[in-house]
Amino acid sequence: MNNKAHPMTNVADPYSEALAGPDESPALVWESLRARLASADGQLFWRSFDELAETPEFLDYVSREFPRQSGEGMAPEDRREFLKLMAASLGLAGVGLSGCMRQPTEKIVPYVRQPEDFVPGNPLYFATCMTLGGYAMGLLVESHLGRPTKVEGNPQHPASLGATDAFAQASILSLYDPDRSQTVMRGGQISTWGEFLTALAAELPDLRKRHGKGLAILTETVTSPTLADQLHSLLAELPEAKWHQYEPVGRDNVRDGAKLAFGEHVDTIYHFDQADVVVALDAEFLTAMPGSVRYARDFIDRRKLARGEQQADGAPHAMSRLYALESTPGLAGAVADHRLPIRADEIEGFVRALAAQLSVEVEVGQAEAISDANAPWLAALASDLTAHKEASAVIVGDGQPAIVHALVHAINRALGNVGKTVEYVPSIEAEPINQIASLKELVESMRQGEVELLLVLGGNPIYNAPGALEFGKHYETVKLRVHLADDFDETSFASHWHIPAAHYLESWGDARAFDGTTTIQQPLIAPLYQGRTIYEMVAVLQGHPELAAYDIVRGYWKRILGDGEFESRWRKALHDGLMADTRAESYKPEWSLQSETSAATSPNAGELGLEVTFCPDPTIWDGRFANNGWLQELPKPLTKLTWDNAALVSPRTAERLGVSNYDLVELSRDGQTIRAPIWIVPGQPHDSISLALGYGRTRSGRIGNGRGANAYILRSAEPAWFLSGVELKRTGERRSLAVTQNHHSMEGRGLVQLATLDQFQQNPEFIDPELRHPEILPTLLPQFEESENAWGMVIDQTACIGCNACVVACQAENNIPIVGKEQVGKGREMHWLRIDRYYKGDLDSPDAYFQPVACMHCEKAPCELVCPVGATVHSHEGLNQMVYNRCVGTRYCSNNCPYKVRRFNFLNYDAEFGYTGEQAPVLKLLRNPDVTVRSRGVMEKCTYCVQRINAAKITAQKEDRPVGDGEIVTACQAVCPTKAIVFGNLRDRNSQVARFKESPLNYSLLADLNTLPRTTYLARIRNPNAALGAPATIDTPPIEPTILDRVLERGAP
Amino acid sequence: MSDVQRQSGAAAGLSRRLDDAPILEPGHTYASVTDQIGAIVLTHRTPAGWFIGFGIAFCLLMAFLYATAYLFAKGIGIWGTTIPIGWAFPIVNFVWWVGIAHAGTLISAILLLLRQDWRTSINRFAEAMTLFAVACAGLFPLLHLGRPWVFHWLLPYPNTMDLWPQFRSPLVWDVFAVLTYFTVSLLFWYTGLIPDMATLRDRASNRFAQTIYGMLAMGWRGSAAHWHRYEIAYLLMAGLATPLVVSVHSIVGMDFAASIVPGWHTTIFPPYFVAGAIFSGFAMVVTLAIPLRAVYGLHDFVTIRHLDNMAKIMLATGSIVAYGYLAEVFFSYYSGNQYERFVTLNRALGPYAWSYWALIACNIVTAQLLWFRAVRRNVFVLFVISLVINVGMWLERFVIVVISLHRDYLPSAWRMYYPTIWDFVHFFGSLGLFFVLLFLFIRLLPMISIFELRALVHETEGKD
Repeated sequence: MNNKAHPMTNVADPYSEALAGPDESPALVWESLRARLASADGQLFWRSFDELAETPEFLDYVSREFPRQSGEGMAPEDRREFLKLMAASLGLAGVGLSGCMRQPTEKIVPYVRQPEDFVPGNPLYFATCMTLGGYAMGLLVESHLGRPTKVEGNPQHPASLGATDAFAQASILSLYDPDRSQTVMRGGQISTWGEFLTALAAELPDLRKRHGKGLAILTETVTSPTLADQLHSLLAELPEAKWHQYEPVGRDNVRDGAKLAFGEHVDTIYHFDQADVVVALDAEFLTAMPGSVRYARDFIDRRKLARGEQQADGAPHAMSRLYALESTPGLAGAVADHRLPIRADEIEGFVRALAAQLSVEVEVGQAEAISDANAPWLAALASDLTAHKEASAVIVGDGQPAIVHALVHAINRALGNVGKTVEYVPSIEAEPINQIASLKELVESMRQGEVELLLVLGGNPIYNAPGALEFGKHYETVKLRVHLADDFDETSFASHWHIPAAHYLESWGDARAFDGTTTIQQPLIAPLYQGRTIYEMVAVLQGHPELAAYDIVRGYWKRILGDGEFESRWRKALHDGLMADTRAESYKPEWSLQSETSAATSPNAGELGLEVTFCPDPTIWDGRFANNGWLQELPKPLTKLTWDNAALVSPRTAERLGVSNYDLVELSRDGQTIRAPIWIVPGQPHDSISLALGYGRTRSGRIGNGRGANAYILRSAEPAWFLSGVELKRTGERRSLAVTQNHHSMEGRGLVQLATLDQFQQNPEFIDPELRHPEILPTLLPQFEESENAWGMVIDQTACIGCNACVVACQAENNIPIVGKEQVGKGREMHWLRIDRYYKGDLDSPDAYFQPVACMHCEKAPCELVCPVGATVHSHEGLNQMVYNRCVGTRYCSNNCPYKVRRFNFLNYDAEFGYTGEQAPVLKLLRNPDVTVRSRGVMEKCTYCVQRINAAKITAQKEDRPVGDGEIVTACQAVCPTKAIVFGNLRDRNSQVARFKESPLNYSLLADLNTLPRTTYLARIRNPNAALGAPATIDTPPIEPTILDRVLERGAP
Repeated sequence: MSDVQRQSGAAAGLSRRLDDAPILEPGHTYASVTDQIGAIVLTHRTPAGWFIGFGIAFCLLMAFLYATAYLFAKGIGIWGTTIPIGWAFPIVNFVWWVGIAHAGTLISAILLLLRQDWRTSINRFAEAMTLFAVACAGLFPLLHLGRPWVFHWLLPYPNTMDLWPQFRSPLVWDVFAVLTYFTVSLLFWYTGLIPDMATLRDRASNRFAQTIYGMLAMGWRGSAAHWHRYEIAYLLMAGLATPLVVSVHSIVGMDFAASIVPGWHTTIFPPYFVAGAIFSGFAMVVTLAIPLRAVYGLHDFVTIRHLDNMAKIMLATGSIVAYGYLAEVFFSYYSGNQYERFVTLNRALGPYAWSYWALIACNIVTAQLLWFRAVRRNVFVLFVISLVINVGMWLERFVIVVISLHRDYLPSAWRMYYPTIWDFVHFFGSLGLFFVLLFLFIRLLPMISIFELRALVHETEGKD
């Protein structure tokens, strides 16, 4: 370029000023400059000596439009650099979502350090944990470009073993919930963290002076070692301050029972894989206890027969046997070989009698008279347990009183189970206390006016404290009330300050699992809003508002682990999702309970009238998930209710009370009254009403507000889990309820094939051969070409416990919308995978059967034939594919699907909730980028997670090898706690799925239609005790068709 | 011999040949026929009843359009249609309207070929009814699509995606069948109108009417050559239309029969649907003919003899339909298939049993009254019976579509169907569309074929 190109450069230019510095132009030769000026013709403007001298630097400079930067990225070899810059910009833009916040100084994702692992478009997985009731479950969370999209279990974590429950699956929706609290609120006005700190700082010096008198902290159950350390040091600093704990679905009875039995706080861990006989006393141990996911795996591992009926040594497979006594029909009862509906207040008497029969070392006083119905049970249980000493386990539910827990400890001792199936460890909790007592103490001190500053760190006591305590009334009297919560909820509304809590996927932390294993909780994303963690809140009280949760947690572990190996152990703990060697050590506590002769607290049922039992809701737990649409719309496993709770009554009780489904009734006790609709449930004990907690929220958000009845109002302070003498009054009103299954009998259609273990062992080929090997009829039509892959699935109905985790996993993986209560009522729920529940047997105590049903991927698919536009077609690998773009929505495919697994977008469902991208942009982050979001008017259905299949195929193709067995794991399969779902390549003879298909238990659903489904089922095998009249034979006549339905559908509006 | 004598002689001959009632009341000449029918369109004052009827129908049509706009805005979720009842009111309405559409072509084509000259008085408005019914029918499958704006994907047209419809699907056959039927019916109807258009052109007194009718008459001058070609063309079209009478509803039957839904998967469906269609079609013709002849004083042209004949056809086709019902019941038992058996029991005893028994009462029991000559010739009773049969045939489609779907294979998926207000608006709105078109037709076109009636006058003369 020549100097003529810049005649306008008389404009001052700072860059050239810089360039013109004398140090930077050593090459200038004054003589030549003068010569140039002299020889120039016309006017020559020059602005610096460099220009005048035409130094290479200057020429280079003017050649650039954007000096110094331009051109750098254009060279092909610099593309990587460019992409890196772009990725960084996007990352910054993502952080920018949270507004003008200071950039977080901590490393939140390891790929910042190791960018070579990160390929845009490929997800990364990070280990973290979620807590429920304080107990941790290890998770691996899938992250797409820095946003978490899907939760999976952590295979290394003892509470997960790779699976999760439905709550963990749905927790990702809570992260992106548009109704989450987004700012600090002061008295309902938007405020800032800084203002909060200022306000609190004004209080702290005084508090210090008073040694903390007047300060109370209310938390939920705490297992976090860091938090425990923080709180303990805070209390040491401020000895007069009080730390209270309250968990609405609490375990006071468990704690007190152990205390009673051993004189100290002891946690119990069960080893169901060692147990031949399991007795569950009102214990929902498969889904609703700490460690449930693990327990379900262990328990079901002893019941699977898929790999053949014989073990290696030729001995018959020792299938375990489960007895369940239940006050609310639950999953344990559905899976059990024998199930006894029993009022919650009758269980104590039963256990006392059982303890007496088993001659435990406690003097149990007078064994009560056991009702005639329960007497054979007592005998059978006693003899079966005695016959399986050291290999049995008795487990009792959290709702039963402490004495029952103590007696069960005694029974397990007497049976020699301790050390075999039952293990004791020191309490996992940071501070095991009686939480109801703790809450009462708090209420009492509030009433006395002793509390001046109350920090409610998590939890929602205004909503979920027992109604009898009148927590709300006394809360109002506290001078300064601070609430840390995810939502601006009932308690936030009643507080001076509301601090938005960081979701677990946004926060650092730590927590312990049911067996003590500690996991470091690491965030997947910077807080979307201004979320704070409980650690930071406590640090503020300690006078360290500058500390971030990361510093606090890391600082604690640095102290614990010591400086030496800290860094490597810390990194390994983050990577593995658990801290090595932190499992609680097993020990044998001293037995202390010698005699328990007080009269049982449970007289005969008739005298106490109606009983109400409270249970955590199977889908929204204690109400914390009330605004989670996935969980609201998830059908409760047995009732199939969605979006509501109901007063569950037995058919006979309904008849006696003259109520039917949908009738609104008033339940009252001690002046507290609630209104709930009736739902008739076979298998509910008579004169006992089950009412799920968690409903009746008023400030949870657009999803959860005003749904169902608030059972907490009715709850008394003790015993908190069931109440006798409740009055029921009919109101004459009716309320609509949305259920997903209206018909409960199999109509004799043999949909769930079943046999007893004895029958199966005598005749392994008991299933009709036509169901097992569908006849391939001759055809003139060309056959599909064989491909190297033939995808297929087997679902083991003996292993399925109906826990619903797969349903939510499918919803999360496949971007499935929620439709709302009215639409569910019309039958338009969108779940690609549903769990059918059938009843069989006696109306008062029927057997329940679960059957997960998703698209069967029929080889001769009826849906494909009738689609006029070819929107559903068959792949050469056997997938029945749905081409959303081509679908015009005739719905003929659904009509012609005998399994009714196709789902139709009748409306734009996201718009119904204000959940579209425009209305709630944050929900865009939730979507799985590998799965199309479907439009209105389009049919959809299970794809066998085709996105996962293709990802595995691409990887295999790049590595030039076939796809290996187990490489493709569908979302439902991955999450299943009991591994009831197996997926794989049928062409590969050695694949697990192909071997399962060889099992004599394998059969096709509706095989006589000759649809040749690729998904098949393994028959349900039960192991009943002949002493109890082993009824479940395959020849049992079905319930008279429609009688059940006539009862259950009575009064359908 | 005077005209009057000749006429009475002709009438006497007619009555001898055609039982006791004539197909054309005696005393008519070419001129009187032309005058009376042409005057309805050209000179008579439009009766107040026309305005009332048209007004009601127009309101219904507006409701239909409103509901359709709402449907397009919201999606078909506004209806009660759900899973497993993926087809409900819209498809019931579709099949019902297509069935009604059958009488027109049957009367025009088959009866023409069979030289049933009594058809002359009723074929024009029966054909018009056919067209309008097909128009109503055709709307429903389009409206009930999840994405109606891509309805053209059902048609085989060259496109950049290189995609064709899926020809194994009966819904594609259905598109062809209904479109063909509509096209042929329209051509046939229009061809039949040409000589009458010329008549109206010639008799119209205002310029506008002359121009319009003149254009529609396509230069018809009534020359012998015209008549020669016209007769051949008309006969050929009748020949073409004849198979359509059978094919359309057979294919509509196959929409169901090709599926595997118990209650649908039945080989008897095609013939039974055709019989049902003719049954309902004639019922609708009777429903329309009786008020028309009363209001416009057409007793001379649409005589009791016509009504009697149509009642006999209804009786015959109704018997076929009844046989179909019985065969369905028998074969569900005889098949030994538990699902088929269940569907039959569920129809008769399930939650929708009322609709099944109402259908039996309407279509089988009521139709038996037509065995009686006194009933067939009592205009009022016949009118009521025809209405009842229309209701019955709608219920038949409801029973087939909804009851079969609501409980099929897996009891877990069973559900009840509850129509919403929009289902009813669309149904009654489609009646509005039908009657708006019909009222316009009556007002603007000769509702009875003038030239064919003149031929009838001539023929009856010759026989004398």
